[in-house]
Amino acid sequence: MIKFKRKYIAHFVNFSVLENLQPLAISHATIVNSLGLGLLATLESLRTRRSGLVPCTFENVDLETYVATVEALDGYHVRTDLYAYDCRNNRLAQLCLEQDGFAQAVAVAKYKYSAGRIGVFLGTSTSGILQAELAYRHLDQKTGALPLDFHYAETQNSYSLAGFVSRYLGLTGPSFVVSSACSSSAKVFANAVRMMAAGVCDAAVVGGVDSLCLSTLYGFNSLGLASRFPCRPYDAERDGISVGEGAGFVLIERATAENSSNAMFLLGIGESSDAHHMSTPHPEGLGAKLAMQRALNSAGLQASEIDYINLHGTATRSNDTSEGKAVADIFGDKVACSSTKGWTGHLLGAAGITEAIIAMLAVEHGFVPGSVNTQQLDPAMTIDYRIENSKAKIDRVLSNSFGFGGSNCSLVLGRKA
Amino acid sequence: MRFFIEGVGLLGPGLDGWWASRAVLAGDTAYCAAPTNLRASDMLPAAERRRVGVPIKLALAVGQEAFLQSGLDTRTSATVFTSSGGDNDNVHAINSILATAPREVSPTRFHNSVHNAAAGYWCIAVESREPSTSLCAYDASFAAGLLESATQVTVDNAVVALIAYDHSYPEPLNAVRSITTAFGMAIILSPRQSDSSLAAIEVDFVPGRMDETTMKETGLEALRCGVPAARGLPLLSALASGKCAQINIACFYDNHLSIRVTPC
Repeated sequence: MIKFKRKYIAHFVNFSVLENLQPLAISHATIVNSLGLGLLATLESLRTRRSGLVPCTFENVDLETYVATVEALDGYHVRTDLYAYDCRNNRLAQLCLEQDGFAQAVAVAKYKYSAGRIGVFLGTSTSGILQAELAYRHLDQKTGALPLDFHYAETQNSYSLAGFVSRYLGLTGPSFVVSSACSSSAKVFANAVRMMAAGVCDAAVVGGVDSLCLSTLYGFNSLGLASRFPCRPYDAERDGISVGEGAGFVLIERATAENSSNAMFLLGIGESSDAHHMSTPHPEGLGAKLAMQRALNSAGLQASEIDYINLHGTATRSNDTSEGKAVADIFGDKVACSSTKGWTGHLLGAAGITEAIIAMLAVEHGFVPGSVNTQQLDPAMTIDYRIENSKAKIDRVLSNSFGFGGSNCSLVLGRKA
Repeated sequence: MRFFIEGVGLLGPGLDGWWASRAVLAGDTAYCAAPTNLRASDMLPAAERRRVGVPIKLALAVGQEAFLQSGLDTRTSATVFTSSGGDNDNVHAINSILATAPREVSPTRFHNSVHNAAAGYWCIAVESREPSTSLCAYDASFAAGLLESATQVTVDNAVVALIAYDHSYPEPLNAVRSITTAFGMAIILSPRQSDSSLAAIEVDFVPGRMDETTMKETGLEALRCGVPAARGLPLLSALASGKCAQINIACFYDNHLSIRVTPC
């Protein structure tokens, strides 16, 4: 009955949501961030409430702020045959592809589908811009030219990430980068769904990578959005984000009868735009609400069927207020919610994939992550915001990612009903 | 993937709008290169008109022109923006500011530096809460945008505006990434034929390399090769001539898009 109703509506409302999404299997995942290398390192830090945020000593940045850095990047380089791509962002990408048996899983998929039938759709906000920032310090004194070892296409350009990952994995299918600020690596799930539905590819590597650079640190500082303290999502005293770096990838395949009852699926996606302001979310969370509602519609689920919401929860005054209102409007105080950015920092273009994977860890391991650094929940919030971790049976999660320019995306992930 | 083209927007050197450029693109009139007629869009509030960079001027101009032709509602259409570089002047300015103390990046500079700035300004200007994405695939950015738009229109059954734009970097980046001029184009894709439909299009993503369709006129061919967003010119040329056409556009070295154009 419900399904019929949704189809009926679709004839009249031309929203570009993936109506009646056929669940897709998320067969492999991998993650790297300040909490460590691989899924288990992140899981362990979530459970032991060890935050990855540290005072900023990155490069020669002179800002009083906290960041979340990947220490394993020190002295690490990309594979020698891909040396032109060597930059912090692609090093982080490779480090992540090497964890959790991910590259091996893609090799198996390549054998199954062929290299040309696997798409690569990745999100990043700044790609290898750090390489250009560093190069600008060493311009030729006479000519003003960039240093000869600066490789624009392979580092600075946004596509660098997808080009590098495709080559590293030996994939030749369709590939591009989505760069819609902090929603980038959530939106790539929708690209993969559409490409697979249209028959352009049979499987997809989806994910995102963002690494520390001066542009984002000084940029967020200029907007007054970078906290001097470790970020405190949904706290009454919250005063901004902590910038972090991280990477995550998943392999998406069509669901089959062989998928186990514990298999993880992409169940729904909702995308929307705020149409409000370039760097401030809609005060009532209209765009956020639309994205969440569309994600539920696409999954064919009611709000009450969601067990946990991983919030965007950046810890800016405006994001948490507007997101809190939007969540309250749809879910009331009936669904456990938290932002995990107190652990990871704000991973910007990698936030969507990182939090999608954290949400799936919550399903797989039966727990609700709380919110580290949050001391006193903002009393204006009327949602079930969790500060402490707890055990719970979780089957379906919603993960929110909202970005500058008013770009919103919500994902529904978990077990099939 | 099959869809209809409902409107076209164009702004490039000597190509001042789709209607003004049709005869040139069809090969009926000689092409005269002239600086791209960049103008501040009346879609933006006066205060913002002065502050926005070249890509936003390009994107809004071609998007607006395409929608006016189509008669479709900007508020209910999804959008796909694609560009190799985004706001290249702004990236250069930020790199320069960050290279020396004091590193004072202005808030406007920063939020205009995101790759989806044009998408953000567009959605605000037309009050669209529909999905919008912003892509980059270096020299294959137009092909990536067309592929993504085609899947949206066929899978989501949605009206989609594809807006592609690129412009030159200042030095020193121009020396390592040459984009010869400012160029933007837009097409409105619809799953349904209407009185405004210009052509039916079929797009296939095909593995392997294929010779790209080129522009006959040397100036236009130089433009196609010199600007990633202008890789879509052969499609506009086919639409302008009003004849059936088969077009190939490369997706890097591995794949290409095979496009069949049938005038309505």
